[in-house]
Amino acid sequence: MARGNWGDGPIDIGGNKVQLPRLPNLSTGSIRLIAGGLVVLFLLMTSYYQVEPEEVGVIQRFGAYARTTEPGPHLKIPFGVETVQKVPIQRQLKMEFGFRTVSAGQRSEFAQPAAAQAESLMLTGDLNVAVVEWIVQFRIRDPKAFLFNVRDVPATFRYMSEAAVRRVVGDHSVDEVITIGRAEIALEAKEELQRLCDLYGIGIQVTQLILQDVNPPDPVRPAFNEVNQAIQEKERAINEAWADYNQAVPRAQGEAEQLVRAAEGYALERENHALGDSKRFEALYAEYRKAPEVTRKRMYLEMMTELLPQLGQKVILDEKARGVLPLLQLGGPMKEVTQ
Amino acid sequence: MKKPILVIIGVVLAIGVFSSVYTVSETEQVIITQFGRPVGGVITDSGLHVKLPVIQNVYRFDKRWLEFDGDPNEIPTKDKKYIWVDTYARWRVADALRFYQAVRDERGGQSRLDDIVDGETRNAIASFDLIEIVRSSSREFQLTGELEGIMTAEAVAEIITGREAISQQILKRASAITPEFGVELVDVRFKRLNYTESVQGAVFQRMITERKRIAERSRSEGQGRAAEILGQKERDVLAATSVGYRTAEELKGKADAIATDTYARAYGRDPGFYEFFKSMETLKASLGKDTTVILSTDSDLLRFMSASRGKR
Repeated sequence: MARGNWGDGPIDIGGNKVQLPRLPNLSTGSIRLIAGGLVVLFLLMTSYYQVEPEEVGVIQRFGAYARTTEPGPHLKIPFGVETVQKVPIQRQLKMEFGFRTVSAGQRSEFAQPAAAQAESLMLTGDLNVAVVEWIVQFRIRDPKAFLFNVRDVPATFRYMSEAAVRRVVGDHSVDEVITIGRAEIALEAKEELQRLCDLYGIGIQVTQLILQDVNPPDPVRPAFNEVNQAIQEKERAINEAWADYNQAVPRAQGEAEQLVRAAEGYALERENHALGDSKRFEALYAEYRKAPEVTRKRMYLEMMTELLPQLGQKVILDEKARGVLPLLQLGGPMKEVTQ
Repeated sequence: MKKPILVIIGVVLAIGVFSSVYTVSETEQVIITQFGRPVGGVITDSGLHVKLPVIQNVYRFDKRWLEFDGDPNEIPTKDKKYIWVDTYARWRVADALRFYQAVRDERGGQSRLDDIVDGETRNAIASFDLIEIVRSSSREFQLTGELEGIMTAEAVAEIITGREAISQQILKRASAITPEFGVELVDVRFKRLNYTESVQGAVFQRMITERKRIAERSRSEGQGRAAEILGQKERDVLAATSVGYRTAEELKGKADAIATDTYARAYGRDPGFYEFFKSMETLKASLGKDTTVILSTDSDLLRFMSASRGKR
């Protein structure tokens, strides 16, 4: 505090008592003035208060609730007649269960002190054990109820939250807690907690209850992982079998189709040949009928004319020389032509 | 001489005024004692009040709901499972006068509550099976696929009483006693239930074997399904090839039939000529330069050779 203006700034009252003896040349009038100023200052300081935007001020006069004030600067009756308690009703408040945030930020650090571990260990409905961590977000809905209905609200609220979550988890199997039932459990626990809040008149609105890490207890965890692995293995085995199937069956179908197509080809060929042959025969026959004897002869002789030059060995036997036949040394295949 | 007397009178007056008014907070209730004896009932209205100075004293009690945190107790359930039970309760000083007379202050009240709530909790836990204490309803658990059919007996237990009703029972019995010392008890709940260390080990072991069972089943299911698919594969392959074969043979047979019919119709006109015609064809096709032919002079071709020597 500078010596020259010690009396007109908002100085703390403790400070000027020390400085007073150092100014002996002041007149009685100015001392009175200073004293009066100090009294006014003290009055102002004990009657002025400011409420921040997210808060409301709850005023008690002689201990009795008097009024609730909105954000902004306010005055109250000084000398402890009226007291103010500021309640942050707009602020989103948070409580952690089963872990504690050590330092929040981009990469928050978490710790698990023994007390927090005890919070998270709980029995499930199939009498197994799960480790559940969760957070509760809430707002103070009714500042008057919050201040005057229940003593030690934070501790009570913790108990309520633990009881609510444990009750809901106690009605679900460990598998539901860890996997499929998470959302349902969180919702049910939130409703249960809100129900307790309303029952206790604690003045709190639960905005959200979020399950964080939910795990089997550490000694059991490898066994749970094994189940996941087994499921993977199962799926792989099935996939591999399907791959095998998909490789073999379409090929077999293709081959069958090939067989059918080939048979169709055969059928066409067979029918067309038959038709061709019979047409040829019929055409020939039509002419043959006109002169059967001559045609036969002609066909036979034409055939022989065509055939004989091509043949290798030709033996001509007189009918009287039939007896030599067995003696003939014949190299190749032999055919006897008789007509 | 006048000034000091005035000062003394002023001080006495001030003491008189200050010791005859007192405030009662929104969270408090007050009883007034006169020479140690309570007078004038309980004051619950908050605000400024007056009393006789010096001879009357003010005793303040909390008017709010107070917390009670029971000590964790190791209690055996009816089915002889040892668990830690930790309860909490909500209570308030309902009759400050009686409270003051019976237990004097809050600490006294807490310790009486400890005795009563712990005792009733012990009684209740010991008369129910663990499953009744843990579960609140008989709701059926949802199952994930791999769990079907592998549920423990507890999972399908029929819950007759349930957690809620058991805590209600503790509350009912305890709150019947508490008015004796001016306390109203409105809520007793289980905060924590946990296995004791020795039981916990066994439970973990059971959980592990249960998981192993699930894992084994999952694996063998996978193998079974794979075998089924391979069987299906063989079936489908054989089905495809055999249907193909059948269709092919049918087609061929039909074609053969049509061909046969066609031939029969054509050749049937003159079987004799057909025979001759076909013989010619066959001879032409089957005889080649490797063939040795022995022709008799009797044959049609050479008949004229012998005819030159004279008619037969």
